[in-house]
Amino acid sequence: MTKHQDGSGEFSSKVYLEMELLRFTTAGSVDDGKSTLIGRLLYDSKSIFEDQLDAVKKASLKKGSEHINLALLTDGLRAEREQGITIDVAYRYFATPRRKFIIADTPGHIQYTRNMVTGASTANAAIILIDARNGVTEQTHRHAYIASLLEIPHIIVCINKMDLQDYKGEVFNRIKTDFKSFSDLIFPVKDVRFIPISALHGDNVVDPSANMDWYQEGTLLQALENIPISNDYNLRDGRFPVQIIIRPESDEFHDYRGYAGRIAGGVFHKGDRVFVLPSRILSVITSINTFNNTQEEAFAPMSVTLTLADDIDISRGDMIVPENNVPRESTTIEVMLCWMNQLPLQVNGKYAVKHTTRDVRCVVREVKYILNINTLEKQEEEKTVKLNDIACVVLQTTKPLFYDPYSVNRITGSLILIDESTNETMGAGMIL
Amino acid sequence: MYQLRHLQELESEAIFVIREVAAQFERPSLLFSGGKDSIVLVHLAQKAFWPARIPFPLVHIDTGHNFEETLQFRDALVKKFHARLIVGSVQESIDMGRVVEEQGYNASRNVLQTVTLLDTIEKYKFDAAIGGGRRDEEKARAKERFFSHRDEFGQWDPKNQRPELWNIFNGKKRMGEHFRIFPISNWTEMDIWQYIHHEKVDLPSIYYTHERKVFNRDGVWLAWAPFMKLKEKEKVEIRKVRCRTVGDITCTGLSLSTANSLEDIIREIAATRVTERGGRYDDQRSDAAMEDRKKEGYF
Repeated sequence: MTKHQDGSGEFSSKVYLEMELLRFTTAGSVDDGKSTLIGRLLYDSKSIFEDQLDAVKKASLKKGSEHINLALLTDGLRAEREQGITIDVAYRYFATPRRKFIIADTPGHIQYTRNMVTGASTANAAIILIDARNGVTEQTHRHAYIASLLEIPHIIVCINKMDLQDYKGEVFNRIKTDFKSFSDLIFPVKDVRFIPISALHGDNVVDPSANMDWYQEGTLLQALENIPISNDYNLRDGRFPVQIIIRPESDEFHDYRGYAGRIAGGVFHKGDRVFVLPSRILSVITSINTFNNTQEEAFAPMSVTLTLADDIDISRGDMIVPENNVPRESTTIEVMLCWMNQLPLQVNGKYAVKHTTRDVRCVVREVKYILNINTLEKQEEEKTVKLNDIACVVLQTTKPLFYDPYSVNRITGSLILIDESTNETMGAGMIL
Repeated sequence: MYQLRHLQELESEAIFVIREVAAQFERPSLLFSGGKDSIVLVHLAQKAFWPARIPFPLVHIDTGHNFEETLQFRDALVKKFHARLIVGSVQESIDMGRVVEEQGYNASRNVLQTVTLLDTIEKYKFDAAIGGGRRDEEKARAKERFFSHRDEFGQWDPKNQRPELWNIFNGKKRMGEHFRIFPISNWTEMDIWQYIHHEKVDLPSIYYTHERKVFNRDGVWLAWAPFMKLKEKEKVEIRKVRCRTVGDITCTGLSLSTANSLEDIIREIAATRVTERGGRYDDQRSDAAMEDRKKEGYF
């Protein structure tokens, strides 16, 4: 696990090529110790370089801290360092010989929902931080709900600042019970685990704690290294949104016409009978190409190029799917919408929609309810969707979308709304 | 088992992003510096469009202060991929009075490149410029989007970026605005080297050990060139060195190294205790040097 002691063994090319990728996000309120935890993970896994550490030491001294403030490792912008706050999602990287990790580090207070939803959208796992002194709070409910809304497959609840509760097992057990009593309602089948830690002192982050012998279920890093991720992509339902058409028009590949894209679900084989949407024409996959190479099969999330037996008019935004497993198709789309802009959602307003590789326009037909994200109550009389709100909304699109519910496929089940005059991304939708 | 390994997943992500550029923009370009990251980008672009050619030109912003080996490599690569090359010249910007050459010991054309880059983007009406920036390189870069919006002055506003969710990229813009696209955002320095090794990507010889005339300035080894001013106690000597990153010759720190294979380099990177840009003189100017340059429109 040590990166620097001996470069020869642990990151040999053989080991490196076998490593898996885990993307995770961190959720916590201000002062729950999120930045300290990330700093601790990077520091104890030897992912911090000397010049980075020197910079943090200098900054800590300048601010009058007694010891190195690991939280400072994660501040990227001048304004963040000056104000001691995090403004925007930042991405961090570290690796062990088993896995490479991408952390979406989201700020604790400013634009909380918008940033957490952004960070969570690509995550396989979420760390939810709870301050052991405060226990489960309304904000914990909010974090857990967003993690479940975004269908993050694995949740790790870190009960932090155990040092301030004398490392007592009953504190941990009480918080665990409290968390479960409401989380069972929102994600009963999800993979949820609990770890007592002290990010400040390093207990159970990378190294096992010497202060909590009542807990023997492994450190946070062990959890991150061992979470099973092989089923995180939908491998059942074949979905291939066409991204671009490849036409070399060269002597060697005179008649070549390939459909390039990233597989959004399932496994495709050479010889598969497929349906092309929206034309509904049947054809057969004649080859699956990657650079200079053809293969018998390909699966999500590979970027490949398909060729078909028949000359069909196919363009960007079309979808190639197995003949016997087609997605839903509709112009009426119901979504859970997270609103991300200062300007409120316009009911009956028109927006541009991006869904897989498909661009359409839509009208907002109806706001069914806005969710009170702390109590999870549906507010049906409330119709004004504002920044950081989560609402259930019905969209009417100009052309049909080919989609799956977000709970079935995070790629074919997600879309964004764009303001057509400012071009800004206004909202993120998870299709119901 | 149907599961990608991490480098395969990063490759697939990068190819997806590069194809999105071809789909969403009318006049894209690929910023090519001759460094390893942009060489990997060209390799990925070739994969993204195979068996067709890369459908956009390579743009090199030439400071005039290059490592000669980089230019030779660039020309050979352009020929090999049948690519179109556009060169934006910092010397020309100076001659035209668009920028003023820095004076003094630490004079570098690194900052001046921004003007030449933005002029070149405007001249050829590029609406997207693909770059090899990585989020692990530098703290301001950790905040970058894959699709990074630039206003009509080429400026980046890090505090007001569009949220970027899932793999849905919003490249919509007004006339005169453009996007910087970073397909290898999620790659680390080690990922790049392991990928180069695995894919057998060719690199300029300066990445491998060689003897060169160098001098030491404040602990950083710099390559000597006739136009560089030495301070009193600095002396030119011959050392065995290699580049860890390649930029303008005036600000690229060299490593004392005898690594002459990719295996050696990977071992060296795994054992190193300083970041890649720790040797970049341009980043040491201040704590927010990169952020400030990026806001102005730097790479």
